[in-house]
Amino acid sequence: MQTPAAFEYERATSVEGAIASLQRLGPEARIIAGGHSLLPMMKLRLANPEHLIDINDLAELSYIREEGGEIRIGALTRHVDLLKSELLVERFPVFRDAEQVIADPVVRNRGTIGGSLCQADAAEDLSAVCSAVKAKAVIRGAAGERVVGMEDFHVGPFQTAVGEGELLTAVRIPIRAGGGSAHEKVERRAGDWAIAAASAAVWLDGGMIADVGIALSAVGLTTIHLSRAEELLRGKAPSDELFAQAGAIASEDCSPSADGRGPVDYKRHLAGVLTTRALTRATARAKEARS
Amino acid sequence: MNVSISINGERVTRDVEPRQLLVHFIRDTPGLTGTHWGCDTSNCGACVVQMDGEPVKSCTILAVMCEGHEIRTVESLEVDGQLDPVQQGFHETHALQCGFCTPGMLMTARALLDENPNPTDQEIRTAISGAICRCTGYKNIVAAVRWAADYEAAAKQEV
Repeated sequence: MQTPAAFEYERATSVEGAIASLQRLGPEARIIAGGHSLLPMMKLRLANPEHLIDINDLAELSYIREEGGEIRIGALTRHVDLLKSELLVERFPVFRDAEQVIADPVVRNRGTIGGSLCQADAAEDLSAVCSAVKAKAVIRGAAGERVVGMEDFHVGPFQTAVGEGELLTAVRIPIRAGGGSAHEKVERRAGDWAIAAASAAVWLDGGMIADVGIALSAVGLTTIHLSRAEELLRGKAPSDELFAQAGAIASEDCSPSADGRGPVDYKRHLAGVLTTRALTRATARAKEARS
Repeated sequence: MNVSISINGERVTRDVEPRQLLVHFIRDTPGLTGTHWGCDTSNCGACVVQMDGEPVKSCTILAVMCEGHEIRTVESLEVDGQLDPVQQGFHETHALQCGFCTPGMLMTARALLDENPNPTDQEIRTAISGAICRCTGYKNIVAAVRWAADYEAAAKQEV
């Protein structure tokens, strides 16, 4: 029987209360939301928190809204709500692309965006999605709130910028004109982790690529930010040839390891193909949104 | 830790360790062994129950997290000897062989039809994509859910 090691449990009734508990209980305390990443890790003794603070009652952390020129998503928003959000489809369709292939519908009823990002598993899709759209993480502690870009959020495998006594409360994505986004993933079977996945966001201005974000899942120790490929694309006119070049860079700049999902050369090839496809689809959507 | 959970409309109160999983809390309750405990890793779907009407995997939820929530298990489907249409559908179309996945399949299918009374075959397949069956090849399970949807649609017209 797989059961987690013993721990103490408490339910938070407010964000401030959850943060106070984290500070009182110290580094061996963890937040639990959907629990669909944390509990499997605890069963395997890969995580051994002494205290769990349940934030499922904090309804104020569950929302998707447009405000202040940004899409704002509460950390407790569940995958199923990200999948069904018409606002997200309109603004950042990359979320629906990804949510259709994250785990399975039953798991999506529980898992949350905050949990996914804080787990910081390199194979997890939403980290790549949030990196591509240049999201910002809102982290709250006793001293107040700080906002961290995704490039600084992932500090290592399973490690994030969320420090001791802090809670990820929201994800904010600036809305910019001429944007389109897409996620491409190949997995072995329904609901599985990616063999490789690529997220891309493109912002067009006058037919040229004003800005672009590309990130890869499952082909390195952390989510891979493809800054060299982004550099190549900025300021240029989108074309199949250009996106093929970006794909070639993706193949070079990822660092997959061989496992049951495939050998290194296959994963590199896949990372390249998926990058090209994601860029192509994101650009088509950016053009559609403009017209 | 004292936990009180509504299971199939009845309050079950027990002193449990916080680490107890919902699937074990349910199965330790007399008469409620219909919920199956399968892979323990949220892959197989045998342990699916409904929490506030939504299907969830009870091997990946702590019992203590369910206090104040409504849990429904496979035992709630049959009422006064009358099978739920999804159960009847499984019977009619031979949608099970060993039966191990059946409770989770039934609770997943029931939730689907409650939300979407007329799903396409593809929507049915997507809904049960988090549940593994090693006997049927899924074809008859899809047919069973289809049977239940058609049965319920016909019943509605008669009213």
